Amino acid sequence: MTYDPRTLETLRADAAQIVARYPSARSALLPMLHLVQSVDGYVSPDGTAFCAETLELTAAEVSAVATFYSQFKRQPNGKYTLGVCVTSLCGVMGGDAIYERLSEYLAVGNDETTADGLFTLEKIECNAACDYAPVLMVNWEFFDNQTPSSAVQLVEDIRGSRAVRPSRGPDRLATFKEVSRVLAGFEDGHANEGPAAGQPSLEGVDLAARNLWAAPPLPAAGSVRATPATLEGDETK
Amino acid sequence: MSALAPLLTSRWGNERAWTLDAYQRTGGYQALREALRMEPAEVLNTVKDSGLRGRGGAGFPTGVKWSFLPPPDGGPRYLVVNADESEPGTCKDIPLMMADPHSLIEGIIITSYAIGCHHAFIYLRGEVVHVYRRLLNAVTEARRAGLLGSSVMGSGYELELTVHAGAGAYICGEETALLDSLEGRRGQPRLKPPFPAVAGLYARPTVVNNVESIASVPWIIAGGADWWKSMGTEKSTGVGIYSLSGHVVRPGQYEAPLGITMRELLELAGGVRAGHRLKFWMPGGSSTPMFTPEHLDVPLDYDSVVAAGSMLGTRALQCFDETVCVVWAVSRWMDFYAHESCGKCTPCREGTFWLRSVLRRIEAGLGRPEDMQILQDIPNSIVGRAFCPLGDGAPSSLTSSLKFFYDEYVQHIQLGGCPFDHKASYLFEAVTA
Repeated sequence: MTYDPRTLETLRADAAQIVARYPSARSALLPMLHLVQSVDGYVSPDGTAFCAETLELTAAEVSAVATFYSQFKRQPNGKYTLGVCVTSLCGVMGGDAIYERLSEYLAVGNDETTADGLFTLEKIECNAACDYAPVLMVNWEFFDNQTPSSAVQLVEDIRGSRAVRPSRGPDRLATFKEVSRVLAGFEDGHANEGPAAGQPSLEGVDLAARNLWAAPPLPAAGSVRATPATLEGDETK
Repeated sequence: MSALAPLLTSRWGNERAWTLDAYQRTGGYQALREALRMEPAEVLNTVKDSGLRGRGGAGFPTGVKWSFLPPPDGGPRYLVVNADESEPGTCKDIPLMMADPHSLIEGIIITSYAIGCHHAFIYLRGEVVHVYRRLLNAVTEARRAGLLGSSVMGSGYELELTVHAGAGAYICGEETALLDSLEGRRGQPRLKPPFPAVAGLYARPTVVNNVESIASVPWIIAGGADWWKSMGTEKSTGVGIYSLSGHVVRPGQYEAPLGITMRELLELAGGVRAGHRLKFWMPGGSSTPMFTPEHLDVPLDYDSVVAAGSMLGTRALQCFDETVCVVWAVSRWMDFYAHESCGKCTPCREGTFWLRSVLRRIEAGLGRPEDMQILQDIPNSIVGRAFCPLGDGAPSSLTSSLKFFYDEYVQHIQLGGCPFDHKASYLFEAVTA
């Protein structure tokens, strides 16, 4: 390993915290690979060696796991991953056009990184936001209801260091490395930013409220939830 | 008559809904208090009596699954929540955890208490970082408030909860693959039996349940089994979240008693987009056979959907209008399965690879007449021969589309190209976007 002593010390302290979350040390491998990506921007040979040493595995065992999962990168990733959903629904609703426009605009193909190291373009699969289609994930944050031009605008804003805010996420878009550290299980203090839900998530609730539709009232005996699940005096949707 | 009955979704619109404070102000953790006053067996029986069936796709009765755990032997037993929501079209658990993580945590504590578990896990897919933030934050809040840790609500019952992020693999939604992944291995399914109830995480007795199933538990404890059964149908009790997406006016989450029909849901969602009509729809994600307008009145409960030739799955209702080329859509789903096949078994690995190749060439105008037979033969070599349900489900959209739209495939081959204008399906104007 070529980590400098200080980096190595920090990595070891973080790894110890990760291992402590599990009854069995090997369970720490996936979060540790995220941790390695937060330092190196990909699963580097050093990172592989570090995981192997910490968990008493061989480098081959670590690599076998790392190469199975699409979020673990085998070459240095861009500062921002642009993940365009092209699975049937998003693709059909326009994800295909978004991908093509971004590919043309950035002059990179699938899983390729721009020469300046800023963007990695990726065709991604269903990201559980179909009611917000077409969806673009930037560093695994939601950018909902995209169009080719909104996606290009986003890229320009990032390039121009202008503030970029995910549709449902933190106030400020984090880098690939910063996000990788969260995925290793370390809180970054941004959980309380962003909305609870976007409008599609609330369509049913809103419609029910307008029509005064509700589940049958809880029975009086054992009725521990007599209060409706809406904040008192709160002008909720 | 209430068409919708929001329970699990009822808090999502509240101010800072994800915080412990907001959750407790709307009755949160009251069901836990009640459960801790009950014997664990009583909690388990209440859930069993409620008839709650798994909300992750298979529909197995949740309480029955819990009761499969062998008697305590002094060693650990685990609850693992499957939050790997990745089935194409499925988008209910992610908004639930983003808006209302404490409802899941309350369900986890109650369930763990019922089954005698002292260390539970949430396995969250890794591609939703803000959801992970919310879950980590909620666990921290719950721990500080004494809802997790050495003595839950001062009861002496001890519970630890670890939230684990995956790293991008659809197969990890299969419960045994998920367990292997959680153990730090490649996420490949295990041979069953032994089932996780007997030898699951670290070869110990384990319950694996979907997010929505577990988040339903506090409601069942609060209202009782009979109250829960007063909603839905006889064999599909309670409420469920229906996720509408695609060519509908108001795509989104609609929580209703099980058994509502697609015709009713479509009406609630404002119908198919203006000037268009429904062509086909998926009832339960891309692994379930597709439906057409003739199925609009099928009650969307577990058994009625099976009787009509498909599966309720995750109630991921993806709608496609007449502009959509079915070969294109199916080809894209096959891309998904070919990419996500874990490679462990040959029928799925090779079968999805070859189906992808054939579908791509048909859509690209290079189809051959004999391809029609190939498209019918390969699924026969996958279904029933694959190692896990992923393989069995992979050809569903294809096989059902051949039943309803056979001529469309033939047309592609005869024309030497796709007769549809893909741009007409986009949700934005292709020229100006």
